[in-house]
Amino acid sequence: MNETGGRGYTALHRALEGKGALFAILATVVILIGGMVEIIPMFSTRTGPETLAGVTPYSALEVAGRDIYIREGCYTCHSQMIRPLRAEVLRYGEWTRAGEYAYDHPFLLGSRRAGPDLQRVGGKYPDAWHFEHMRDPRSTSPGSIMPPYPWLYDRRYDPADIQASLRALRRVGVPYGEADIAAAPAAMQQQAEAIVARLGQSGITTTADREIVALIAYLQRLGTDGRAAIEAGRSR
Amino acid sequence: MEYTGVRNGDEPRYDNRIVKMFVTATVVWAVVGMLVGVWIALELAWWPANLGLSFTTFGRLRPLHTNAVIFAFAGNVCFFGIYHSMQRLLKTRMYSDLLSRLHFWGWQLVIVCAAITLPLGLTQSKEYAELIWPIDVLVTVVWVIFAVNFFGTIAIRKTQHLYVAIWFYMSFVIAIAVLHIVNSLAVPATWLRSYPVYAGLTDALVQWWYGHNAVGFFLTTPFLGLMYYYLPRISGRPIFSYRLSIVHFWALIFLYIWAGPHHLLFSALPEWAQTLGMVFSIMLLAPSWGGMLNGLLTLRGAWDRVRTDPILKFLVVAVSFYGMSTFEGPMMSIRTVNSLSHNTNWTIGHVHSGALGWVGMISFGVLYWVIPRVWNRRLAHPGWPAIHFWLATIGIVLYTVSMWAAGLTEGLEWRAFDDAGQLRYPNFVDIVHQLAPFYWLRLAGGLLYFTGAIMLAVNFFKTVTGRSVEPATEAPAAAGAEGGAVS
Repeated sequence: MNETGGRGYTALHRALEGKGALFAILATVVILIGGMVEIIPMFSTRTGPETLAGVTPYSALEVAGRDIYIREGCYTCHSQMIRPLRAEVLRYGEWTRAGEYAYDHPFLLGSRRAGPDLQRVGGKYPDAWHFEHMRDPRSTSPGSIMPPYPWLYDRRYDPADIQASLRALRRVGVPYGEADIAAAPAAMQQQAEAIVARLGQSGITTTADREIVALIAYLQRLGTDGRAAIEAGRSR
Repeated sequence: MEYTGVRNGDEPRYDNRIVKMFVTATVVWAVVGMLVGVWIALELAWWPANLGLSFTTFGRLRPLHTNAVIFAFAGNVCFFGIYHSMQRLLKTRMYSDLLSRLHFWGWQLVIVCAAITLPLGLTQSKEYAELIWPIDVLVTVVWVIFAVNFFGTIAIRKTQHLYVAIWFYMSFVIAIAVLHIVNSLAVPATWLRSYPVYAGLTDALVQWWYGHNAVGFFLTTPFLGLMYYYLPRISGRPIFSYRLSIVHFWALIFLYIWAGPHHLLFSALPEWAQTLGMVFSIMLLAPSWGGMLNGLLTLRGAWDRVRTDPILKFLVVAVSFYGMSTFEGPMMSIRTVNSLSHNTNWTIGHVHSGALGWVGMISFGVLYWVIPRVWNRRLAHPGWPAIHFWLATIGIVLYTVSMWAAGLTEGLEWRAFDDAGQLRYPNFVDIVHQLAPFYWLRLAGGLLYFTGAIMLAVNFFKTVTGRSVEPATEAPAAAGAEGGAVS
């Protein structure tokens, strides 16, 4: 400390260093400014993320599948964000619009592409492709470095559990009605049976209560309503 | 600087036991966190290392690695450094020994809970904020305990002025509290699962405001505090410029907070927020390099000792890597550069030049200096720190160079076109394949770094279980907090 007891701001600062509480308060204010300026406008419709008409909340089975996606850390290798760059649009499809994430709690944009982006993977492959891919990634993608997920074929998701999830999601703003929540276990069953039936057409036997079925439901949903909304907007 | 057993007469007043506890935890978690890092590096090079078990897949171990090295290794470094230096800077024992111990055991409990829940797939998925909500509540309680003890110690200090290291520690305590609470706000569905109150891009912005400032206020400001205390203390030179340290501190804590949106460039985040993130990231270069220069210039006149003293070597390389990664970061925040680097291994390399180079190296240097002093023992293997230094340095170089090469390769190939204007590599896996040699090279670099950490751990346990040095207490040091290098 060469210049202790200097003039001007160093002298002022020297005095401040003797006042611990004041120093802490000033530091807190300085730390808070940037975050407040950036975060608060996000809650305004004028300055926050744009919305996209036609995007709907996830179904109960898709919520269960999304929870599995989170549990397995799929987002550590796969992004869900197609940038508005020519190469990305050619590779993955329509670039991502803000409104497509409207019901994403938490967001799953990811930060690393050890594997490809999944924003528009919904409908890209048949259900059977996903079923085989998660069991043996190299059977569908030769040379892939993805690990297999054999436990998804034994473990069962919990239909009773889903109502607690939907209620929590409703509390954070996803518009599920009381009727949706009451009917969730039955709706799950119905959507899962449809996937099992499609898998059956490809010669795959499984049951509607398996985790892999919920995960397939989520993956097949990804980016589909966003894409439809974008196309509808374009044709208007 | 070899430890001689000569101690300051004030020493008996201080609580060294809490320093020893946090040092021990640091060494243990360093080995664990880096071992998991080596393991997941192997998983990327050779997928069968995922072992076919749910607990050991990359998707579950990657958060375990990041949490272990950030909150377990680096966190315990911050705490031992703060408990060691703060008592000496303020010339008082900590405010409450009970709070110190609650802080220690509470924090270790958080780490153990993380180590159990993350491999089980219990996660909130937000990077470096993965822990499920009951653990988040525990973190908050422990942090409040730490904050009360911290500010209580400032209140009972025996010195008039707060030294620059204390300013940086203070920003750490305040900012982490704010970041953790705001980013963790969620509605529980069950005891193990919750959903964040923010939706979509708002959630993403809050997360990266948190995530970037976890780097800023967990891996930067407390370690700058350590630099401002230990660099003058170890080199025996006063801090180069008091003026510069004032500008460094206020500019850094003001600017850092704004930089988060650079993690979301080219996303659908509103344009104004992306631009703010980029502009403030570039401005951040100025205080960062001001701090680096303040550290390096402190060594003026002591450079001859850097050649022979491995502890100073660790510190010099740490500060240099701080400078390098705080140059690279702003550069990667420029939209055109980011369009190439985003989502690639370049980012992984950037993080590790900061984590291994800055945080790791300064931690090792300070550990080798503090361990003999708080245990009053000479190092069991005094020659090992020099070997550790070279293993770590070569390891970092291999790591960053391989990740630059991997990142550029994939970044360029993702967007390469053929003559017809179509993608040159339409099959994603073809690009993944070309990264394999870089993944093996990175693993080699990580293994070298990890070997150094093992040497530290062995040296540490042999030292603390060995014989103590004959007591040779002398009168309190001549230099007070106001005058000499630093108290």
